[in-house]
Amino acid sequence: MMRSSQPLTGTNGRRCKEDEKLINATLRPGKRGYIIDTRSLNVAQQARAKGGGFEQEAHYPQWRRIHKCIERFNILQESLIKLVEACNDQSHNMDRWLSKLEASNWLTHVKEILTAACLAAQCIDREGASVLVHGTEGTDSTLQVTSLAQIILDPRCRTIRGFESLVVREWLQAGHPFQQRCAQSAYSNSKQKWEAPVFLLFLDCVWQILRQFPCSFEFNEQFLIMLFEHAYASQFGTFLGNNENERSKLKLVQKTMSLWSWVNRSEELSKFQNPLFEANSLVIWPSVAPQSLQLWEGVFLRWNRPSKFLDEAHEEMINIIKYN
Amino acid sequence: VKYEELYCFSFNPKLDKEEREQGWKLVDLNEEYNRMGVPNNYWQISDVNRDYGVCDSYPTEVYVPKSATAHIIVGSSKFRSRRRFPALSYYCKDNNASICRSSQPLSGFSARCLEDEQMLQAIRKANPGSDFLYVVDTRPKLNAMANRAAGKGYENEDNYSNIKFQFIGIENIHVMRNSLQKMLEVCELKSPSMSDFLWGLENSGWLKHIKAIMDAGIFIAKAVAEEGVSVLVHCSDGWDRTAQVCSVASLLLDPYYRTMKGFMVLIEKDWVSFGHKFNHRYGNLDGDPKEISPVIDQFVECVWQLIEQFPCAFEFNERFLIHIQHHVYSCQFGNFLCNSQKERRELKIQERTYSLWAHLWKNRADYLNPLYRSDHSQTQGTLRPQMAPCNFLYKFWSGMYNRFEKGLHPRQSVTDYLMAVKEETQQLEEELEVLGERLANLQKSKVNDNKVKSKQQDRSKQLGLSMSNNSLANTPQEYSNDLKSFPSRTPSQGDEEDSALILTQDNLKSSDPDLSANSDQESGVEDLSCRSPSGGGCLPSEDSGKDSDEAVFLA
Repeated sequence: MMRSSQPLTGTNGRRCKEDEKLINATLRPGKRGYIIDTRSLNVAQQARAKGGGFEQEAHYPQWRRIHKCIERFNILQESLIKLVEACNDQSHNMDRWLSKLEASNWLTHVKEILTAACLAAQCIDREGASVLVHGTEGTDSTLQVTSLAQIILDPRCRTIRGFESLVVREWLQAGHPFQQRCAQSAYSNSKQKWEAPVFLLFLDCVWQILRQFPCSFEFNEQFLIMLFEHAYASQFGTFLGNNENERSKLKLVQKTMSLWSWVNRSEELSKFQNPLFEANSLVIWPSVAPQSLQLWEGVFLRWNRPSKFLDEAHEEMINIIKYN
Repeated sequence: VKYEELYCFSFNPKLDKEEREQGWKLVDLNEEYNRMGVPNNYWQISDVNRDYGVCDSYPTEVYVPKSATAHIIVGSSKFRSRRRFPALSYYCKDNNASICRSSQPLSGFSARCLEDEQMLQAIRKANPGSDFLYVVDTRPKLNAMANRAAGKGYENEDNYSNIKFQFIGIENIHVMRNSLQKMLEVCELKSPSMSDFLWGLENSGWLKHIKAIMDAGIFIAKAVAEEGVSVLVHCSDGWDRTAQVCSVASLLLDPYYRTMKGFMVLIEKDWVSFGHKFNHRYGNLDGDPKEISPVIDQFVECVWQLIEQFPCAFEFNERFLIHIQHHVYSCQFGNFLCNSQKERRELKIQERTYSLWAHLWKNRADYLNPLYRSDHSQTQGTLRPQMAPCNFLYKFWSGMYNRFEKGLHPRQSVTDYLMAVKEETQQLEEELEVLGERLANLQKSKVNDNKVKSKQQDRSKQLGLSMSNNSLANTPQEYSNDLKSFPSRTPSQGDEEDSALILTQDNLKSSDPDLSANSDQESGVEDLSCRSPSGGGCLPSEDSGKDSDEAVFLA
């Protein structure tokens, strides 16, 4: 599986032999490859007017292009704001809740992203075909797809260390612009141009899979919530900056502590471990039916919903397993 | 369909007569009332209805306040719809508060009945700790008012001394039937978008109704536990919403009902003995489609919603609830036949069929909640669900409404995993004991001929319930074409109980006019303010003379 940004075909239908050679090199002998474009066909076509575009069949004959539309990052931000408003609504009214939830479209995004990731994983696992994923810049939806696909495919990504590596590889090193995206979240007074809960959505999708396969992850929900928090505000330098270049210029390695060095200490780690974990070598396929996807209460309702009884249940679970 | 054609009359689990009898004795309501603490100084058992002469939908034995004489009871029954006079549902021995239930009074606009007023007074007096009584009418106010035009209605605070009257609007059986139907339509959509689903769910209003029932139960539980005030609950006929609300309240109040046995007792008490019309509501025989309504389904769902909010508080798990609901419709057992205790005795149900409770009890290991501990703080005392904000606490129950689509549900079951762990723990403890004894013996005898054989438990196999779901975990959906296509829409092998007897579109027969308009249209109540858009017909009136129910039985 590879990721990139959009090819700069422009309105003239430019081609680039080197680019073609590069991705063709990943093709398995005798097999075609899949290009998953996270934009709708329309949007991809319109991108040409600005110098971007998509891979043309004529130039990439061995690749089949699939469009799996995931919304642009700014749309995601609007969704989050609506969702948070809905969750903070103190009225008793049952009716308004569901329509507000629906109007935010948050779960629709979750469904879209999971579906695209499952598709990518399917191409690899079921068809044995190589996959190239890209959107526009390759820094948002692209990363959601590639990282989720690996969680589906690779059990190592479901271990704590494996997941940390995944985040480092597919988000930090891949250049997801954390500084731009995770500056203010949903409560900012002014409209933020680059702000978007892309990483949070990714974590939400991971949580959905975790909920559906509760015994397949070495980490628990708290781990994901912790990562969500640190992406926005942290005493560690891990999520600072927009890419490796900036981080290197900021001399973060010398000036800050790494989040992982703290998390991976055994006393911290024990809080994040999933007592139900049983290592397996399965490829796990989540259901993307609406009935299977739920609102991530642990994040969105954390201040509104009493967690006492759920915490007690979790503790009881741990006791049962420990005693055994 | 005739009664004899129902499955329960031919179902043969190969038990002998005594076992069958024992099965029916598993739940004993007399024991239950004693457990509650009655009879006592304030409450007595009354046999005024011993031949069903006062109320044919009530049981032969009811509990009434000590000061309620037979004269008062009979007089009150004449002033109540279907003669369902106020009777005890739950008694709280800690503070003498009680929950009583009845049907609506035949008060019309101005009618009074001395005995009925005395009855309510008696209930109030049976609780010396409070100087007033709540009267809760679970209907929407408009519906109750409309009933007055038909000579029924609700209690006037001016006439009944020291009552505080309260409407808690839960919609009628027709609204609920339509609501379920709409929700099932959503469940049966081919590959719905998130929006389709959420819109559909909201449009059905289903969760709103669930919450309404729950809110009523919470109000009553609060009145009893926190205020120490007794409550009289009724709706129209006192056999639908009243049953739901009383049983939810009891469940919140008393941890006993959150045990497996206690839950069976609760259903026997508030649903079976008090004449909930199982036959009519769940279409066991071909009856009036307008009588069909998912009343007990809603109650069962309320319990599930509570399980989700309080995971340690219930001895039983989701599967227990689903199987009970299943058997309300399956007619495999005789518990939920007919419309009243009287009818069941006439048909000699206990001699000719088997009890569901015995069947469930035998398989209780499947129904246990591994997180339940009777000494846990969550299981003690009253449950207090959060009142507000709380809309988001009500979730869509995919385990029930998409029951057979296994792919939709979490592919690894936490409950099953934990149960397996607990079982293994128990086995290990037993082994430990055995080994301990052998060790002691060895040390005593100093002879080496007892080779200790220890069975190597293959741990991964034991706990590997996740392994058994391999095939399901390893089956992707159709992600590319947006086709919802998890292979099994039929019951999978894992589910022992047979297939789809849940309410589907077909059962619901939705050709009714919109009956949700401002009138209470529970069975038989004549609707005088029919404002349905299609101008459709009204329901058969209560006084229509023809006793169609009986005709069905005797056919």
